[in-house]
Amino acid sequence: MPGRPAALDSVRTIIARDLDYSDRFEMITLPAGGGGDSVRLSGTTRTGTPPVSRPGGTASRGGAQAALGLNYPLYQALGADFAADIVQSGDTTVLTLHDVAAGAVRRTIRARLPALGSPGFRQAVHRLADQLLQAALGAPGIAATRVLFVRDGKVYIIDHDGAEMRLVSSSDRQAMSPAWAPDGRRFGYMEFHAGKGQLFVQEMAGGRRVAAATSGQALDFTPTFSPDGRTMAFSRANEEGTDIYTVNIADNCCLQRLTVGRFSDNLSPTFSPDGQRIAFVSTRSGLPQVYVMASDGTDQQLFAPFDYGVTGSSNAPDWSPDGQSVAFHRDVAGTLQVFVLDVRTRTVRQLTSVGRNEDPGWAPDSRHMVFVSDRTGYRQLWIIDLDTGRIRPLLQQSGARLPAWSPRLPEAVSSTP
Amino acid sequence: MKRLSLVALTLLAAGTVAAACGGNPPPEAPAPVANADSIAQAERARQDSIAAAQAEAERAAREEAERLRRQAEADSLAALARVTEEVRAMLATMIHFDYDRANVRPGEDAAALDAKVAILNLNPNLRIRINGHCDDRGSDEYNLALGNRRAVAVKQYLVNKGIDASRIDTQSWGEERPVAMGADESAWAQNRRAEFEITGGGDALVRP
Repeated sequence: MPGRPAALDSVRTIIARDLDYSDRFEMITLPAGGGGDSVRLSGTTRTGTPPVSRPGGTASRGGAQAALGLNYPLYQALGADFAADIVQSGDTTVLTLHDVAAGAVRRTIRARLPALGSPGFRQAVHRLADQLLQAALGAPGIAATRVLFVRDGKVYIIDHDGAEMRLVSSSDRQAMSPAWAPDGRRFGYMEFHAGKGQLFVQEMAGGRRVAAATSGQALDFTPTFSPDGRTMAFSRANEEGTDIYTVNIADNCCLQRLTVGRFSDNLSPTFSPDGQRIAFVSTRSGLPQVYVMASDGTDQQLFAPFDYGVTGSSNAPDWSPDGQSVAFHRDVAGTLQVFVLDVRTRTVRQLTSVGRNEDPGWAPDSRHMVFVSDRTGYRQLWIIDLDTGRIRPLLQQSGARLPAWSPRLPEAVSSTP
Repeated sequence: MKRLSLVALTLLAAGTVAAACGGNPPPEAPAPVANADSIAQAERARQDSIAAAQAEAERAAREEAERLRRQAEADSLAALARVTEEVRAMLATMIHFDYDRANVRPGEDAAALDAKVAILNLNPNLRIRINGHCDDRGSDEYNLALGNRRAVAVKQYLVNKGIDASRIDTQSWGEERPVAMGADESAWAQNRRAEFEITGGGDALVRP
């Protein structure tokens, strides 16, 4: 059928890129073989990544070869740990994962994909890539995830591989600070309204939005969701200064104040994944630094250590989904660099050093991170893998900022354009 | 004047007709009656025309007075508007801040605020909003807090000088509304600022 080879080629391309972007495989591309009905991907896991660890590897595009007919010794000789066949059978795409070392099929995945180019096609393929990664490594992937960000005062969304960017802001007002709800179906953000900052919670599908039950009479900003999705924490700036509040968004009520700054500002809350703690920024020691408190506002203390009078301002904390780290940016020699705080040892390490790097946002795998960097001359979005140090641009357009990486998305959402 | 001489001619013509007919018995009696009527009419017309002339002169004088009054009023309105514009410009004078600081700098900035205090004292109905802004070197979100601190610090300065706090609103725009583009200290210094806008009572302002 015409179109099917094209679809199959797109499936292969998308999955190969997803596996590459997972930074868990080394892909080797072999020359194209005979037919176009079957494609093959193969590779080894990257060094140190369980459960298989063999350096080097391959990815190939094979000829029309039945799944069971894989030449295992050949792929073993190439150093491959895994190979994947993708075959179109009627309206079903069949993806077969081979364990090359074991010389056996590990998993067969069947899917009826939306038509090539139709809404949801790419996300359905990303989902296949995640299933493949799960079958190979026993770990969930991040192929079917997206990133929210701000550009020219509007909120946009983009797939993790840089495809399918689109506008999600529903008004002409200037927006800032998008944040994902943990269910991946909603997001929060701040919008300037008559000089005040109003927080909204918006449905990803359909775009319906509700103003959070804050007064709307102050500058409310940096919204973030609690892990159970019932609470939104945010910063409020008024004549008393800037402090952190929470509001119950499940019932849209019940404003609570967590910090009382008086002569300092407190802002940019981020929940620990168990919902018990909130990391935040406070200027109580002079310059902004990263602090932590219980989610009811008690037990406030310094979180990321700093040398008084030496260390620059620290801002924009984001608690990793695995709970082990808090990423933030810190002023180093007049520019900003991304740092990671180890929550257990309370030590920090600097992650970036080239150009200005800011506003880190964790991927759901807690090893990838999106951030803003001007390393190529203008500010744009980049993705770094903390395990391998690999870095790639997410978006080749200037002016993108304040990125927020989605949780793993529910199917209904990820297949909705 | 024109109409008046026309009436005199008409009167003369009527007299000429009466004289011409004097030698012959008039065919009909009504002629003198008609003559008396026309004299009365002429007299009435003459009186009317005098009254009309007086009314016209009075009207012209009134119009001239009204024109002068309006001119004077316009002159004073223009003066008032001019003063109001000057006061508005004084109010709109921005003040600036050091990097990551919110304190009002002594000297030029404090003097600009003192001028606003004088304006606010003389114009008790005047209400203003102070907008705090930042450069884009710092963190995007932190700058919302910093811009707020700047606006509040400026308000506090005015309140400390005796201005009622309820007359002053504050708001922060962070780094979202730069006035100068560029990545050098000149642009940054211009963007670290407080702007002043009139929110009420600013239609006619008195100058200190």
